[in-house]
Amino acid sequence: MNGLVGKKIGMTSIYDASGSNVACTIIEALPNYVTQVKTSESDGYNAIQVSFGSRKEKNVSNALLGHYKKAGVAAGQKITELRDSTLEKKEGDAITVDEVFEEGDIVNAIGSTKGKGFQGVVKRYNFKGVGDATHGQHNRQRAPGSIGAASTPSKVIKGMRMGGRTGGNRVKIQNLEILKIMPEKHLLLVKGAVPGFKGSLVIIEK
Amino acid sequence: MEILNYIHDNLAEKKNLPDFRPGDNVEVYYKIIEGAKERIQVFRGDVLQIKGHDSHRTFTVRKLSNGVGVERIFPMASPNVADVKILKRGKVRRAKLYYLRELVGKKAKIKEKKYKK
Repeated sequence: MNGLVGKKIGMTSIYDASGSNVACTIIEALPNYVTQVKTSESDGYNAIQVSFGSRKEKNVSNALLGHYKKAGVAAGQKITELRDSTLEKKEGDAITVDEVFEEGDIVNAIGSTKGKGFQGVVKRYNFKGVGDATHGQHNRQRAPGSIGAASTPSKVIKGMRMGGRTGGNRVKIQNLEILKIMPEKHLLLVKGAVPGFKGSLVIIEK
Repeated sequence: MEILNYIHDNLAEKKNLPDFRPGDNVEVYYKIIEGAKERIQVFRGDVLQIKGHDSHRTFTVRKLSNGVGVERIFPMASPNVADVKILKRGKVRRAKLYYLRELVGKKAKIKEKKYKK
């Protein structure tokens, strides 16, 4: 897997070659610096570990700071491993947008979705609710309905969908097209939506 | 925001459309791609409104076709809007001419603006 860590900037729309207006997400993928190269001999698997962004040294633990120092990389915001990368990089090397991607590539985007707190089943699982708004009904419109039978089995089966914490999950959106690369500003324009808040970090993998 | 502006400055096609306003009678030259062929279709009518900002600006053109009102919305930045020609300048008192939709015949006519020379 080749990829990069980037920051979601927001969404906009651009015109493609055929003149249609396409919605896209802007990702600012500043150079990722290699902090460690893992090999199957020494670590049991092949991967490169990269660091994204920057952080003040006083906010980084000494253990992590030592790890950065060893690679000769300034302290970063997030460390990510890219398994089985085909890029030949050494510790301290930078990975830039145009090295990894080309326009028209099909990529996956991994990020954390927006946290929505405790939500009912209508929002969480797209239930339809129960019953009418009128005809004497009340407080049933967003209800889950029946959650099982009665004395047999006299329990609610495991995995029954109910209300609860929603969002904030790690999600991979597959098969997004790269519409445009602007290496001078380290920008990527990816077709469609990408999980997470503006400013959240996303992994774009090829 | 800075990055958004940078993208629009670099990707949006720079076009020199004339400075038309609501009430003007215009011809819009719109590119139509049919397979490998490309031709230009002309849409003539009155500009009802201009809305949006930056690269998202659109304008609506209304015409009467066989007695039926037809409106088309064109994005200003679309590469398919090849050109716009102003035929008449209209004298109108508002920015959105929705009231024209209710009117027919002579009442739906926009007075032409006369320029002092």
